[in-house]
Amino acid sequence: MGYTLNFNLIWRHFDKLWGGLLLSLELAVISIAIGIVIGLVLAVWYVSAGRVVRGIIAAYVEFIRNVPLILLVYLVFYGLPTVVDLVYSAQTSFVATLALYSGAYLVEVFRSGLEAVPRGQLDAGKAIGLTPWQRLIHVRLPTMMRITLPALSNTFISLFKDTSVASVISVPELTYGAQWINFNTFRIVEVYLVVTAMYLMTGYALLFALRLVERWYRTAR
Amino acid sequence: MLGQIAYALPFLAQGFALTLWVSLLVVVLSLIAGVILGVGLVYGPAPVRWAVRIFSDTIRGIPILVLIFFVYYGLPAVGIHLQSFWAAVLALTLFKTAQVVEYLRGAVASIPKGQSEAAMAIGLTFRQRLAYVIFPQAFRRFLPPWINGVTDAVKGSALVSLLGITDLMQAINQVIGRTYEAMPLYIFGALIYFAVNYALSYASRRLERRFAFIRD
Repeated sequence: MGYTLNFNLIWRHFDKLWGGLLLSLELAVISIAIGIVIGLVLAVWYVSAGRVVRGIIAAYVEFIRNVPLILLVYLVFYGLPTVVDLVYSAQTSFVATLALYSGAYLVEVFRSGLEAVPRGQLDAGKAIGLTPWQRLIHVRLPTMMRITLPALSNTFISLFKDTSVASVISVPELTYGAQWINFNTFRIVEVYLVVTAMYLMTGYALLFALRLVERWYRTAR
Repeated sequence: MLGQIAYALPFLAQGFALTLWVSLLVVVLSLIAGVILGVGLVYGPAPVRWAVRIFSDTIRGIPILVLIFFVYYGLPAVGIHLQSFWAAVLALTLFKTAQVVEYLRGAVASIPKGQSEAAMAIGLTFRQRLAYVIFPQAFRRFLPPWINGVTDAVKGSALVSLLGITDLMQAINQVIGRTYEAMPLYIFGALIYFAVNYALSYASRRLERRFAFIRD
């Protein structure tokens, strides 16, 4: 073996990792925010739509879920600009990809959440004279949110890990920072040890924070 | 355009065969390792339980990509030289093993405690309890998520392209490098991955329905 750990070079370039971690979080937050909108709209549409619309939404969901994320990232960044007249940065391209990706997973999450809303609640809403729109906003969505929150937190944490794929199109997030230090200092074992710890600590901190939110949301009001 | 793709088909087919080969190796190796570690997690003494718990939580807490780079660049640095193919298989197998451990733990935990107590009462040994009572029942809970998880192995195998291994993903990128037909080739590749994974998740759903009943 004879490998001596030396973390000095890692600390000297730690700004690359710290900045990368912040960018990873930023990418995950923006993507899931857009993904939640996509997921909500399509899920609400799905449960009330006819067969054709259902088929189209199901096709989108199944397509995204069964194709590797890295291929989708390449497709949007290298493939799409060859057929449409659009110019966008790697970062924008990745956020768009991850948003579409998370949207597909969240449609499923929200759809099963909507179906789990007790029938009696909707009838009660109808009985006190709420319009369909009011029933959606004040009855179905809040109840659904409470049911789906744990699944939503899990999706967010796995998206945070998925941001590592952005490194393949040179978005300077955490994994890209790790590779930069790997290639420029050759302190290979050290950098991946540090990065592993950073992913783990951030992931568990997120999990802890989201569980607190879930508990607050369950008991409040 | 179609002519160029047709010309590249044998090359893409080779890449696809490699994707399937990597996935198969990962699935089989992780099943063996995962079941052994999973039994250790459920029935092992405290140090084994802790070791497996830490292994599983660490591996599942980091991106597969980081694990792949760690194994691929890290092992030679400490003096272990693996071909890039085997480094990739090792990294993906470690990741999948952690998943199998969790599937197994969940499946065994779903079997009521009374079952193993009854088995103890009629004097079965530990091995007999596992072989005749616990595993046959846990198998039904284990199979659907495991088959569904095979799609993760196929999707994860696309990451080995980053180590210069010519799997389907890398073959597509190389053909694009020659022909500049990015969009048709990416869509073509996406459809191949889709066909494989959709078939797998369909099988998983069928099995889940098949095993939905509980025989008491």
